[in-house]
Amino acid sequence: MTVDLLSKYDSLIAEHAGLLSTGIRDPFGIVMEKVISPTEAIIKGRHTILLGTYNYMGMTFDPDVIAAGETALREFGAGTTGSRVLNGTYQTHAACEEALKDFYGTSHAMVFSTGYQANLGMVSTLAGKGDFIILDADSHASIYDGCKMSNADIVRFRHNDAGDLEKRLKRLPADAGKLVVLEGVYSMLGDIAPLPELVAIAKAHGAMVLVDEAHGMGFFGEHGRGVYEEQGVADDVDFVVGTFSKSVGTVGGFCVSNHPKFEILRLVCRPYTFTASLPPAVVACAATSIRKLMTAHDKRARLWEATRRLHGGLKARGFKLATETPESAIVSVLMPNQETTALMWSTLIELGVYVNMSRPPATPAGVFLLRCSICALHSNEQIDTVLGRFAEAAARCRLPLVESQAA
Amino acid sequence: MTDRSAVYARIIELIEPLNTKKVPLLEATTFAGDMEMDSLTVMDLVASMEDEWDIMIPLNMLPDLETIGQVADAVHGLVQKKG
Repeated sequence: MTVDLLSKYDSLIAEHAGLLSTGIRDPFGIVMEKVISPTEAIIKGRHTILLGTYNYMGMTFDPDVIAAGETALREFGAGTTGSRVLNGTYQTHAACEEALKDFYGTSHAMVFSTGYQANLGMVSTLAGKGDFIILDADSHASIYDGCKMSNADIVRFRHNDAGDLEKRLKRLPADAGKLVVLEGVYSMLGDIAPLPELVAIAKAHGAMVLVDEAHGMGFFGEHGRGVYEEQGVADDVDFVVGTFSKSVGTVGGFCVSNHPKFEILRLVCRPYTFTASLPPAVVACAATSIRKLMTAHDKRARLWEATRRLHGGLKARGFKLATETPESAIVSVLMPNQETTALMWSTLIELGVYVNMSRPPATPAGVFLLRCSICALHSNEQIDTVLGRFAEAAARCRLPLVESQAA
Repeated sequence: MTDRSAVYARIIELIEPLNTKKVPLLEATTFAGDMEMDSLTVMDLVASMEDEWDIMIPLNMLPDLETIGQVADAVHGLVQKKG
């Protein structure tokens, strides 16, 4: 007799089937038939405003980025067919790492094939047996998975709680290796970390600090490096991890650092070594995009403006939001339960608005969310259209709204 | 010195509010199976036990702690080690 290894997922299969049987569209099965621009696509034949793409700086269709990718595709081919440490490092990959070093002002940069692999690789390689990883409870799955792979002892502290971090660090042996893992922006609720407090406590207890700036790159800080730059803690952060699949507008991950021994990681970091490198066209797009982001001041200002418009507008219409003020370019709308979330999401799709539906365990504390991420290229008209459609969807779904909130 | 029965009794008190399925809480009751606790709830529960006894229970220990009895043994052991 063969034991069906997939039967452990029976309850989830039943839950998903139950959701779809109510007649709503599958929130996890969207197909973009045509992508018109960073903010618009055709989904099931309908013109749809995209409000859940993390395409913060709208670089996916930037003419210079596209041109760089086309040239690299012609000159270097469709793929490298190899690891970064064997035949998979082309001039394009080296140029991309140079662009990162210039962007971050660091002496080292290492490009991974995805952001997930960058966290998986850095966390699991920095901390080994006998070391401690201290991570925020709301950390991204890639950080938790890196912890699992590390053989280190894993300690979790309450989200963004400096006192809790300190209490937990105090319980650790003074002479043990310690890595504190933080994120600039937490992508579920869109809240930012109080990095000065957290980093100071980590340093006081002899820990090295890694900050994931996946959702902060491009529009926080003078150079757009992230929340850690804006909050002035760059000198105390040992490693910054990031991604090309958000503000940069393509795919890939990276880590930058000034650590003098950083380069050895290329040989010992398994998610870097034992996978094929990114196609030359992808890293060429990334390098061009990163260099343009260095001076994208107008776009940054526009992104914040559009974000405030959406956050304020939703609040004024009585939606409950995860943050009192817009802290990042993610605006999360709090939903009462799974059924209402799915119904609201489905209604918004029918009205031509795509947002992300998020549910536990991806979200913290059992919350259900409709998560919006804003793009610098969203016009005020698009944001106003979205606000109108949110209000209409709420009316159709009988979602309880809060009365008379100040915008 | 805290004896195991005191640790066990306090653990039951900490679990009680999270026991939404209202299953009987015994030595052999499992967190994931019997109580149907999700991983986030289990991690929060662990944090409250760490603070209760000022100990550290690394998350990588959790896969081996399936029942209330096993958790009581682990916590008791850590408290003893602390001295």
